[in-house]
Amino acid sequence: MTDPSAPAGHFGEFGGRFMPEALVAALDELTDAWTDAMADPAFVDEFHTILREYAGIPSPLYEASRLSELVGARILLKREDLNHTGAHKIRNVLGQALLTRRMGKQRVIAETGAGQHGVASATAAAYFGLDCTVYMGAVDTRRQALNVARMHLLGATVVPVESGSATLKDAINEALRDWVASVDHTAYLFGTAAGPHPFPSMVRDFCRGIGDEARAQVLERYGRLPDAVAACVGGGSNAIGLFTAFLDDAEVEVWGFEAGGDGVESGRHAATIVAGEPGVLHGARTYVLQDEDGQTRESHSISAGLDYPGVGPEHAHLAHSGRASYEAVTDTEAMDALALLARTEGIIPAIETAHAVAGAIRRAKDLAAEKGPEAMVLINLSGRGDKDMATATEWFGLGDPDRVTAEPVGDPGADR
Amino acid sequence: MTTPTSTATAFARAAAEGRPALVGYLPAGFPDVAGGIDAFRVMVDAGVDVVEVGLPYSDPVMDGPTIQTAAQQALERGVRTVDVLRTVEAVAATGVPTVVMTYWNPVERYGVERFAADLASAGGAGLITPDLTPDSAPGSGAAWIAAADAHDLDRIFLVSPSSTDERIAMTVAACRGFVYATAVMGVTGARTSTSDLAAPLVARTKAATHLPVGVGLGVSSGDQVAEIGAYADGVIVGSAFVRCLLDHADDRPAGLRALAALTEDLAEGARRARR
Ligand SMILES: Cc1ncc(COP(=O)(O)O)c(C=O)c1O
Repeated sequence: MTDPSAPAGHFGEFGGRFMPEALVAALDELTDAWTDAMADPAFVDEFHTILREYAGIPSPLYEASRLSELVGARILLKREDLNHTGAHKIRNVLGQALLTRRMGKQRVIAETGAGQHGVASATAAAYFGLDCTVYMGAVDTRRQALNVARMHLLGATVVPVESGSATLKDAINEALRDWVASVDHTAYLFGTAAGPHPFPSMVRDFCRGIGDEARAQVLERYGRLPDAVAACVGGGSNAIGLFTAFLDDAEVEVWGFEAGGDGVESGRHAATIVAGEPGVLHGARTYVLQDEDGQTRESHSISAGLDYPGVGPEHAHLAHSGRASYEAVTDTEAMDALALLARTEGIIPAIETAHAVAGAIRRAKDLAAEKGPEAMVLINLSGRGDKDMATATEWFGLGDPDRVTAEPVGDPGADR
Repeated sequence: MTTPTSTATAFARAAAEGRPALVGYLPAGFPDVAGGIDAFRVMVDAGVDVVEVGLPYSDPVMDGPTIQTAAQQALERGVRTVDVLRTVEAVAATGVPTVVMTYWNPVERYGVERFAADLASAGGAGLITPDLTPDSAPGSGAAWIAAADAHDLDRIFLVSPSSTDERIAMTVAACRGFVYATAVMGVTGARTSTSDLAAPLVARTKAATHLPVGVGLGVSSGDQVAEIGAYADGVIVGSAFVRCLLDHADDRPAGLRALAALTEDLAEGARRARR
């Protein structure tokens, strides 16, 4: 999809490297180490062995038949929620931490929003015996207290970030500030397929097993490809991890779903591609939620993992070229889908993931109207919802003792 | 309107006087637009040779807590890009070469060519770009170099202790006015001791260019200026100036007096640097 003659790290007019000169040498060193490692069969073998023996990967492909019946199309779920630590993110951190060890660095830093990447990083650091510091917006340390506890238990230092809006984007700023001062002995485990080159390409390559596995699994089981593949998009790691294997399959539609918050028209959302404009944020040219002066706008989403005003540059390119299409899913639509999946399939997804489920169901109905009930949609079930139970409890009023005998939430029989 | 003066003239004048140039930074719009202009005038009167007007930005990854706080306050009070240009116009009218220090996205958003045109017509001398390198692409690095050429503006890119000799050569080839050498591996913020990374970096940079080399990051006292000024063509001070105003947030005249006193101390350090 990307012009092979384009400079490394450029995705059409997006991507590149907009970083302080102080970090350029480290980014070049990382690019070289990663390129070298990916060409080394011993590294690739070790990566796959760790994924298999430690993280439970490849994850299964599951046909959600009760949900399919409701939707009127065949819905397949790539079960990344079953991975160790509960999300696709473990693939990326194990890859980057293995690379860190190969580069001989002893310390890793990471940013985190929901805490999933922080937990995954702390896990990988424990696995490899590395020192780990996680930067997390102070707003998020409060709303994701469980994940803060998990990181502490795993031996990581968690630094609450009070600057700016005290959320994910500010945690990235603070991690970059740490890195400028520590780059000789520290690796930055970036949590998504965004940022300066080589991160968008490197994170994609560590996550692309999602799509490579799923494509083979679908072909083996059904002897055909799905009609569409779907994922939620925060920075874009799970989505690009799924999409990459299908980009050359012209007959497969590619759908990304961004966080619509209170609705795109409300201005309170995190739908960067849908409602943002091209700019430069955190080292890459991409779509950015920004004001008239280029100041970053705060994003809003019920899902901390999608609450980011930028997006990976490869998604910007896929949107711009038309190969993939991106739509927004509101908080309410996502929470309805979370409850629906729980009730129909016995799977409580992460709220991030619920955006993909909601959006894919919406579009699958149109697809089924066109192609009939054999229309097949593959959704990346990027993570499980354990971390989100406090939010769900509040959203659905589940903690209210007066409601314990009330109707179950997310009634699958309701008119959707 | 004044005609832009290259920062190189200020460096040349200081060199002729046998001392390093003193470069002073504050963000525009802090404590407010008018108060910021007053502060720059005080610095100029007390001996700053080149002024850096910072463009407050929401995501300043190269800045430590002091400059972050000031920039955030300026943004909360509604400072706009046009206010930065207004500040440049007022400061440049003093005759001191005045450059803007800015993260890249606000320039792109304003329009690279339009920003260069408006900066030049405000009398600004050029831009310092902490997150744009000459090879930043797609687009930008080359777009800014072309716009700066078209409007006769200085391009001040940064070199770092971690820069390879190849990157230093590439960077200085794209610079005009002076080269900004970051003395430490880290973000802005006053430090009590000078860095032992600065002198070797200046030596490597000077081996690659005849442009003056200014050293910044962490400088806060006349003694540090004297030490660095012995080998660098200019010394750049930011956070220490900002601190003067932050420390006297409730008493602006006291803040301006502190600013004048600090400038005099730094300028005195510059005068004894090469004795
Ligand atoms: C389960 C899950 N899915 C998706 C995301 C969004 O990230 P990305 O867009 O990089 O996949 C997160 C981020 O925390 C997550 O935890």
